[in-house]
Amino acid sequence: MSLLLPQPRGIPVPRPSLHSAAYWDGCRQHRLLYQRCAVCGYYGLGAFTVCAQCHATSPTWEASAGRGRLYSWTVVWQPPDPRFQVPYAPAVVRLDEGPFMMSAVIGCEPGALHEGLELSVEFHPASDDLTLPYFAPSSEDS
Amino acid sequence: MPAHPFRGVAIAGVHNTVQARRLPDHDSVSIALAGALGALTDAGISPHEVDGVVGPDCAHIALELGLGPCTRRPSSLGIPTILDAAALITTGQCDVVLVAAGGAGIHLDRTSAAPWTRPANELVVGYGLFTAAEFALMARRHMLTYGTTPEQLAAVAATIRTNGHENPDAVYHGRGPFSPGDVLASRMIADPFHLLDCATTSEGGCGVVLVSAERAAESEAPLWILGGASDAFGPAYTVAPVWDFRPRPDAEPAGMVGAAAARRAFAMAGLTPAEVDVAELYDPFSFEIIRQLEAFGFCAPGEGGSFVEDGNIAPGSRLPVTTDGGTMSFSHPGINAQQLQRVIRAALQLRGGCTTNQVPHAEVALCSNGGSGALFCDVLLLGRERP
Repeated sequence: MSLLLPQPRGIPVPRPSLHSAAYWDGCRQHRLLYQRCAVCGYYGLGAFTVCAQCHATSPTWEASAGRGRLYSWTVVWQPPDPRFQVPYAPAVVRLDEGPFMMSAVIGCEPGALHEGLELSVEFHPASDDLTLPYFAPSSEDS
Repeated sequence: MPAHPFRGVAIAGVHNTVQARRLPDHDSVSIALAGALGALTDAGISPHEVDGVVGPDCAHIALELGLGPCTRRPSSLGIPTILDAAALITTGQCDVVLVAAGGAGIHLDRTSAAPWTRPANELVVGYGLFTAAEFALMARRHMLTYGTTPEQLAAVAATIRTNGHENPDAVYHGRGPFSPGDVLASRMIADPFHLLDCATTSEGGCGVVLVSAERAAESEAPLWILGGASDAFGPAYTVAPVWDFRPRPDAEPAGMVGAAAARRAFAMAGLTPAEVDVAELYDPFSFEIIRQLEAFGFCAPGEGGSFVEDGNIAPGSRLPVTTDGGTMSFSHPGINAQQLQRVIRAALQLRGGCTTNQVPHAEVALCSNGGSGALFCDVLLLGRERP
């Protein structure tokens, strides 16, 4: 048995940048935010200041309901840094609102991972200052 | 018909230094210099005839070889540096351009991933990503979409690692031969990649000398750039590697990175994939070969797995791939040198002097750099005949 778990405190943590601070503030408050162009609705792969579609400079932060489906995943058995506990499952999740986001799946065995698995966000602290969004199988799917 | 854009430039010399897991007497600049001098010797050109240097260490190389005043372009990676060097010559800015790269003293922690593969970006660092995981996220999509199997990935790794096993210049010479079963039996790193599906780490240097066509006339066997182009979607190892990421609705997906570059390179060359004799593909992970074969048009999307499983990439087959052992077995000495080494192997194949896995009468070689997990891919076509 190798249940996928959130990483313990002490792993290398993200350093929020000028334009992503709102995202990490949201995570600390257990709110999953994503950025969307206020003009054309485009969303990218993270925070942006210029819309890649229409080049408007007015992105807004939207709140996600925190639900999505498993798009792609790997299960890591040899980490790049010994502070990571294996196995862990980096994953690309497609949020119900549309955006793809990088995360990791927790709360199930590696063998339970499959395309389209319904997932819900869970927040776990990685340090005193930083909270990471993870995704676990939604209750009706697990 | 207008002249071919690279008609005025030739590759006159190439060189790999000794490659090893560690080169304790070298740092990256000193081993790049050794690569540079070797390439100049190969070309029969005195260092003081060089009037341009391209590569990340170009300023150091200019100083240490006494080349000033000379042109320098601090561009990086293999194929882009060759295309930049060629452009310096075809636009009349230089007559003899040196491209050199090397890596030594960079793998300080042998238990971990190569330093350039450790993402520090805020969106990926907390999830423990590194290149194997990034490429695995792309490979998974291909497996889900087309049914590509771990056995097909292993067929790629076994072929390339056996090429390196046979190559006395490879860091992992004599470690095989390898079967797909050996690959599948090695320990899992980042599913679906076993240890033997992944590149190694090593140290070494290399160099390439490009000259004007007038100078090439003095050279024994000049080689020619038939076509080349580059694709990128964004910075490597920084955002989620999403196969279906399309920055515009009409754009090809990120999973097909390199397809547009290949089309452009083939159009420039006036060639089709069927006319390529050998493909020195960049092999950071086994899956990437399957993807590149599809993206470059050697087979249709989704057919790469059966293409490799049916023996089409082995020595003596329709399209021998990565014939020196590549980054999995020959060498993987830093982000610049390891990409340039695909160009060097392609050149050696066209000259007909490879000591192992020489493709008989190779006239056209394709080489590549990068890959889907890194969101960039470069393509270069070289030939024996002046375009």
